[in-house]
Amino acid sequence: MHELAICQSLMDQVENIALERNALSVTSIVIGIGPLSGVEAQLLKNAYPLASAGTIAEHAELVIEYLPIRVKCTQCDSESDALPNKLICKQCGDWRTTLISGDEMMLMSVELEKQKDVTSEAVH
Amino acid sequence: MCDTCGCNVTHGNENLIRPGGKLHKTESGKEAVSVLHSLLHENDHTAQHNREHFDQHNVLAVNLMSSPGAGKTALLEATIQQLGLNSNSKIKIAVIEGDLETENDAERIRKHGVKAIQIATGSACHLDAHMIHQALHNLDLAEFDIVFIENVGNLVCPASFDLGQHQNVVLLSVPEGDDKPAKYPVMFRVADLVMISKSDLLPILDDFKPENAKRYLRDIASTAPVMEISSKDKSGMSQWINWINQQIESRKTYLEQHPVVADHSHHHHDHEEART
Repeated sequence: MHELAICQSLMDQVENIALERNALSVTSIVIGIGPLSGVEAQLLKNAYPLASAGTIAEHAELVIEYLPIRVKCTQCDSESDALPNKLICKQCGDWRTTLISGDEMMLMSVELEKQKDVTSEAVH
Repeated sequence: MCDTCGCNVTHGNENLIRPGGKLHKTESGKEAVSVLHSLLHENDHTAQHNREHFDQHNVLAVNLMSSPGAGKTALLEATIQQLGLNSNSKIKIAVIEGDLETENDAERIRKHGVKAIQIATGSACHLDAHMIHQALHNLDLAEFDIVFIENVGNLVCPASFDLGQHQNVVLLSVPEGDDKPAKYPVMFRVADLVMISKSDLLPILDDFKPENAKRYLRDIASTAPVMEISSKDKSGMSQWINWINQQIESRKTYLEQHPVVADHSHHHHDHEEART
């Protein structure tokens, strides 16, 4: 169960970004998870309310995007989808592939609520 | 995964996260900030810092991972004995031990006259780069050639945390079964060397087929060499010692070609500095 530790690390990053940009709050957090990242998305979701409680991102929506496993064959150069424990090339069947997607655990973007534009409010 | 050079963005995922891609969204009235950092950004940063310290002192750092009871500590004890038998060998070892509780493993290592630091992780199921950084404050790296980090026995969590090591060695003991690489692909994919430990049990537990383990490793595109080793009857030991020597040598060669800029010494900086 290392998802809580990972979620806390995520919250640290999100808080820093929000502080740097003088945000009022964080409205959404988008993370990308690949099946070979070692992170279980559901456990991350469960850990999220605990890790975000009392932070500027307390009410933010956590959006998880599931990234596919893709491999590139070093022998025939073709790219194919693969399973976590079957990373072989679908074209030629060779095992000498490199992973090009699927091990990510990445903070992709955050959406911030900023101070309302005071000058445009004053017109009304 | 590296955060500094943008290599997190690969040919395979860039179409999703670049502007116009499925994961690139902005709603009006709010600011969307694109980040593209690993979730373990801070850990990875500290890990890189640890690696620089090892490099500054020409120390090879090896992260040992396996299930609990696969024989990590026994392998280290046998390794210390083996290196001690060879009077030509001047390799000086230190060990960082990670367990949830107790000093037992560190005490086993210390009995052989080797410096060992125990990290008690409490409830944490893995070591992280900060714990290693703390441990390095109690270790004068100038005195050693190799530091073994014995991770918490666990085939899941330790795989995700870079500690600053140069090599990952994953042990698969014979009683565990030969299909562990298929069951725990994340762990076995990070292995630079896989050791089939307790190989003295192969004649008894004959449903463990080393060739099956190798086949499962190929299925996950692992190019890691596989060694059979027994800390008990010492078979495979010389192959392992050769591997250690080769790694120490190739690290030294690498560092001669890529010298480390010694911006500060590990022993004179404040711990907080490293966390920023």
